[in-house]
Parts: sequence; structure tokens; C-alpha cells
Amino acid sequence: MDMKRRAFLGAVAASATLAAPMVRAMGGKPRVVVVGGGSGGATAARYIAKDSKGEIDVTLIEPTRTYYTCYFSNLYLGGFKEMDDLGHTYGGLAANHGINVVHDWAVGVDRDAKTVALAGGGSVPYDKLILSPGIDFVDGAVAGWSTASQNKMPHAYKAGSQTELLKAQLEAMPQGGTYAMVAPPNPYRCPPGPYERVSMVAHYLKNNNPTAKIIVADPKPKFSKMALFQEGWNNHYAGMIDWIGDDFGGGNVEVNPDEMTLSIDGEVMNVDVCNVIPAMKAGRIAELAGVTDGNWAPVNAVDMSSKADPDIHVLGDASQQGDMPKSGFSANSQAKVCANAVRGALTGSRVFPAKFSNTCWSLISTNDGVKVGATYEATEEKIAKVDGFISQTGESADVREATYQESEGWYSGIVADMFA
Amino acid sequence: MRQFLFTAVITACLGATSAQAEAVQGDAAAGEKVFAKCSGCHQVGSGAKHRVGPHLNGIFGMAAGSHEEFRYSKAFQRLGSTGLEWHADTLDAFLENPRAMSRGTRMSFPGVKDADDRANLIAYLRTFSDNPADIPEADPTAQVLDHNLDPAILALVGDREYGEYLSSECTTCHQASGGDSGIPSIVYWPEEDFVIAMHAYKEKVRPNPVMQLVAGRLGDEEIAALAAYFATIED
Ligand SMILES: Cc1cc2nc3c(=O)[nH]c(=O)nc-3n(C[C@H](O)[C@H](O)[C@H](O)COP(=O)(O)OP(=O)(O)OC[C@H]3O[C@@H](n4cnc5c(N)ncnc54)[C@H](O)[C@@H]3O)c2cc1C
Ligand code: HEC
Ligand code: HEC
Repeated sequence: MDMKRRAFLGAVAASATLAAPMVRAMGGKPRVVVVGGGSGGATAARYIAKDSKGEIDVTLIEPTRTYYTCYFSNLYLGGFKEMDDLGHTYGGLAANHGINVVHDWAVGVDRDAKTVALAGGGSVPYDKLILSPGIDFVDGAVAGWSTASQNKMPHAYKAGSQTELLKAQLEAMPQGGTYAMVAPPNPYRCPPGPYERVSMVAHYLKNNNPTAKIIVADPKPKFSKMALFQEGWNNHYAGMIDWIGDDFGGGNVEVNPDEMTLSIDGEVMNVDVCNVIPAMKAGRIAELAGVTDGNWAPVNAVDMSSKADPDIHVLGDASQQGDMPKSGFSANSQAKVCANAVRGALTGSRVFPAKFSNTCWSLISTNDGVKVGATYEATEEKIAKVDGFISQTGESADVREATYQESEGWYSGIVADMFA
Repeated sequence: MRQFLFTAVITACLGATSAQAEAVQGDAAAGEKVFAKCSGCHQVGSGAKHRVGPHLNGIFGMAAGSHEEFRYSKAFQRLGSTGLEWHADTLDAFLENPRAMSRGTRMSFPGVKDADDRANLIAYLRTFSDNPADIPEADPTAQVLDHNLDPAILALVGDREYGEYLSSECTTCHQASGGDSGIPSIVYWPEEDFVIAMHAYKEKVRPNPVMQLVAGRLGDEEIAALAAYFATIED
């Protein structure tokens, strides 16, 4: 399965090789194709195009015309952001860096011919392929749930309409109702993400539905920034949040989307909102390209190249790289290391040692921001953590506010680094 | 300490709508204390030099952004070319909220919110502007950036291309355009200031944990490379 060289998504397979290619490489320039215009893909495309100054032909394949960031989507739930604040378009990448942006799905990779097939027909040739497709969900991970039930029990773990749906459900909750979350097992996108979401939902409910309850069923015994979140929940939302960890059966859940029930360790309850965040795996195209091993795509730390194919690089959430958390910051950091290596391989430009870093901020309540961060280096075996820090419990309100301000600065910084 | 009083005419905001002007007595000695907020970036007084920000001698009556040897942001150059001059009223509006006057300014400073503080500060700055009637022979008041870095570290010549690569770690947070919406701008700093700031984080003299971590693993050569790149980012 994993090593399948030619794989296409069902019906489109036939047309894919026949139709006239919509994308043609220019004269002898080396060609880079990037699949996925998110945190990893947009950054990689932008850096390769920007720094090679026209020497490399860069094509970015991304189905959506507006990328909604998952980062700050919890703040949208909490009422701190508008959906429009989260949306970013690809005009700058085309206009400022000459990137050929193709709005389509990649549906297959032919590693011998070195082409990527598009859902709309045609295929795009590459010298180096970069996959940054983000995540998909593991089938059957939560009993009773499938992607077919995501309109009743949203995951909101890919931002956009799912996030809006979850917010609408939150707003429609009856007074004193129950918001349930089924948290994911490790490893998953954005370790503090579910708990920041709980905080933001609590913030909304405190102001609009103060007798409502939040229940979290978690298959993990502990979670990212746990002490900080629990302190914050006590300070701001005392009595509202019931977190049920693995020790108390939080991992033994079943949902019924039609009945809107959730069963935790055999105990069935009616809930008004059920935010199911299932176990995750690499975006499907990574599997179709045959670069996954299990749920994720193993990569070499020095340049993020796939362990299965030196001409394919895998970035961000889809990659299995070692110690970095799956975050937008990490994907962006990995993309720059990859871009430097890819440019070096294709044009002989200088290649510098790989350096990675990550910082994840979370908002617990108004102006109550916390952060965790670390630096990483490439070893033979993996991306290995070098050093790190985390916000402390009991910090002053000033420090927390400054931390929140930093996250605002970071958000502007990273989206400019991806799309400007 | 000489007490220096100066009447600054402060208008609440710029433009024709603010017909009413309110006269505030600024106290230059008190303003000197307020200037501590500025002295990390600006020098004023005899021997003052351009640092992160331009020196502020002779600021009264000067066209905004008009020191030829100082690299202003594009936004600021535009401001100057529209004919804005620094007087008590324009300074007051600018210092209250720099980004309100010039959205793209590289002066990453939130503003002095207290009107009396601003009046005092403006009175203080006034003492370093040419006016035969009231020039005190000012002593240098600017606080020189405090450091005890090995001169050999300051003398390192940075590898700009390496700096460009290293800078990609920084631009996740610090905008390459110099924009600032919560994290300060680090473009076009004099290299020496940049190196001092980075070593201050590295030695944990400056407190921010993110920057301590970032700077902590950079070698002297790497800091010099970054300084060289960011000082000339668009060249
Ligand atoms: C609620 C929440 C909060 C978060 N908060 C933070 C935070 O504060 N800080 C942080 O750093 N990270 C945060 N994250 C994590 C962050 O969003 C992800 O880790 C990051 O976006 C991963 O980048 P990526 O490039 O791997 O995938 P993505 O950014 O998801 O990009 C993948 C792209 O690939 C496209 N794609 C997928 N398949 C195909 C295909 N076959 N063909 C073409 N295109 C395809 C998709 O449309 C998508 O645009 C958060 C996540 C969530 C869910
Ligand atoms: C973080 C560094 C920083 C701080 C703090 C700072 N400034 Fe500035 N200042 C700058 C920079 C950089 C510029 C140039 C702006 C540009 O190019 O956009 C500037 C520009 C100015 C100007 C316009 C000068 C000219 O040549 O037109 C004045 C006046 C000024 N600052 C006054 C102050 C005062 C007064 C304070 C303290 C209340 C202060 N600044 C604090 C960095 C700073
Ligand atoms: C994770 C986000 C982040 C990254 C990455 C980052 N910085 Fe910073 N930086 C900050 C924050 C936040 C501050 C403000 C800290 C403070 O108040 O002291 C800052 C401050 C600075 C300052 C001092 C600014 C001033 O006005 O005094 C310099 C210089 C600086 N950073 C350089 C860098 C360089 C060089 C890099 C890359 C090697 C980098 N930073 C990477 C967040 C970041």
C-alpha cells in the first residue's frame, strides 16, 4: 500500500492523464510543485520563489481561494475575532513572487514520471515536490462518528465553515445547556488547541449563558499547558468545566449524532453541542503519494525530505519529524529549512544548517495569554528539542496581557510571512 | 538642575476640526523624566547621534523624516513629503499615538497617553531646538545604551547572506516590512544597537523568554550576520 507508485482518487483517474495540462513549466527552469497552501506550503512556495528570484518555477496547488487560519479560530469562538480576520488569499503570492497558484485538488502523485495529477484534469511536472496537506481524520476513531456526521457534531479542526457551524451551535445552546468536547489522542494538530477552545467557549458562555456546562472527554491523562489552563479555568470559569481524563474513562466514548448523545465510560448523556475532535493522520495526498508509514509521513530532519523519496518533502502536520509539536509555527519554521535545501539542490545556492523553533500562544480569557516555546535542531534520527520555556502559573496580569499582545504580533507576522 | 518652563500650545488632534487649542504649561525638568521612555531609541543633547530612532536635536520646525543620513520607514518618508513639520501640536498628536499618525512607522512605541506627560516632554525637547531666546547650553542627557560587550564582538563583520537565511526564523514574528502590531520592528537598526540588544537577551539581561530562547542559541557570528541583514533589509 504505502509504496504504491501510481495512485489516483477514484473517478478522476481516467481524465487526469488525458486532459491538456493546465500548467506547463517554462523553458529549462527547475520546477517546484507545492501541494497545500497552508502554514507549511504557502511559506515554502513564497520563500523558494522570493529567494530564487525567478530561477525556479514554483506552482502552488491549493483548492480553496481563501485560507482560514486555524490559529485564532478559537478566538473567533470566544468573540475576540471576526471570521474575516482569519481569511487570507493568494493574490500576493502570485503578484509579488510570480508563483503559479492553481486552485485545484492534487489527487495523485506519479513518482516515476514526477508529476502531480489534478482533480480538474491534467498533471503538473516537478523536479521537487513539497507536500503540506495538513491533516485528515482517522476513520472510526470515535465510535459513532464519521465525517458524514460532521454537520451535526462538528470538529472545527479545519477552519472555515466548520468553525462557523460550531459557533452557531454554541450561540443556539439553551440556557443551562451542555457543550461537550471529545478531545483527540496524541499526536494531533496544535496540542493546546482543544484547551484554548474550552477556554474560549467558557468565555462566551460566561457572558451569554452563565449556567451552561462544558464537559470534556479526553483519552489523555494530561495535556499541553495543563497547569496553566486549569489555573485559568479556576480563576475565570470556576465550576463550569468538567474535564474527564483517561483515568476516569475519558477515552471510552461513543457518540450518537442523531440523538445528540454522548456516552463516557458507559454513562450516556444528552448534550446540546458535541465538538468531536477525532484522532488525526496526514492529509490523504501524502498517503496517495506513498510517503506515509502508518498515519504520518516520516522525514529526514536536515531538509524535511521524505524517507521514502528524496525528491519529495513533507512539511507541517503531515510529517513525522520528531519533537516538534504540530503547529502553524512549526510548519512555517520547517518550510524555511526545506526552502533553503530545495533551492540549494536546484540552483546551487548556499545551504545553511537547519534550525527550527516553535512558540504557541493560547488565550485563556480577556488579556490572559500564555505561551510555550522551544528551539530544535536536526539530528540523524529526528528533529530534536534543544531548549524551551513555558509561562508560569501565578504570573501578573501585566505579563499575561503582554503575552497576549505578542500573540497578536505573531499572527500578523506569520500571515505576512506566508502570504505577503 | 535648571527649571525650564515653556508654554507649548497643544491641540487635541491634527486637522482643521480641532479649532480649539488648549494651552498647557510644560515643565522641561519633568519632561526629562518622561524622556526615559524614549532614550532606548533616541538621543538628544550635545553629541547626540542617530540610534534606532533619529536624534531629536533641533526637532522643532523640522520637516518630519528629513535627516538625510537616517533611514526612515517608507511610511515616514511619505509623511515628510506631505509637508508635515514638527511643532508642539504635531508632536503632541504623534507622541500620543505614533501609529495613528503614521500607520507604517517603525517607531514601535505605543505612545504617551497622559497629556501632561506629553506637554512636559515637548517642553523638554524644546530645550534642544534652536531658538536664540531659550537655548540652554544643554548637557548631554541621552542615556547611552548600557552594555559591556567585548569590542571584538561589536567589530565582527556579519555575513549578510547567512543573516538572510537566519532572519527567516525572526520573520515569523517580526514583520520584514517593519510593521508592528504587538512585536517590535527590528529592521534598519544600526548594527551595533542590534548586536547589543541580541546579546542582552542572550545573557538574559533583557527578560522576554521568547527572545532569550531565540538569542540563546545564536553565536556571535550569527548575531553579527543578522544585524548586517536587518540593517539593510531591502538593499
Ligand atoms: C483550533 C486550532 C487552533 C490552532 N492554533 C494554533 C496556534 O495558535 N499556533 C500555531 O502555530 N498553530 C495552531 N494551530 C495548528 C495549525 O493550524 C496547524 O498546525 C498548521 O496549519 C499546519 O500547517 P500545514 O501546512 O501542515 O497544514 P494546513 O495549514 O492545514 O494547510 C494544508 C492545506 O493543504 C490543502 N490541501 C489538503 N489536501 C490537498 C490536496 N490533496 N491538494 C491540494 N491541497 C490540499 C488544504 O486545503 C490546506 O489549505 C491550531 C489548529 C487548530 C485546529
Ligand atoms: C522603540 C524605539 C523608539 C522609541 C521607544 C521611541 N522612538 Fe521615536 N522614533 C523611532 C524611530 C525608528 C523613528 C523613525 C520613524 C520611522 O522611520 O518611521 C522615530 C521617530 C521619531 C520622531 C520623528 C523624528 C524625525 O526625524 O522626523 C520623533 C519626534 C520621535 N520619534 C520622538 C520620540 C519620543 C519623544 C519618544 C518617547 C516618548 C520616542 N520617540 C520613542 C523609534 C523610537
Ligand atoms: C516567537 C516570536 C519571536 C521570534 C521568532 C523572534 N522574536 Fe525578537 N522579539 C519578540 C518579542 C515578543 C519581542 C519583544 C520583547 C521585549 O519586550 O523585550 C522581541 C524583541 C526583539 C528585539 C528587541 C526589539 C526592541 O525594540 O528592543 C530584537 C532586536 C529582536 N527581537 C530580534 C530578533 C531576531 C534577530 C530574531 C530571529 C533570530 C527574533 N527576534 C525572533 C518575538 C520574537
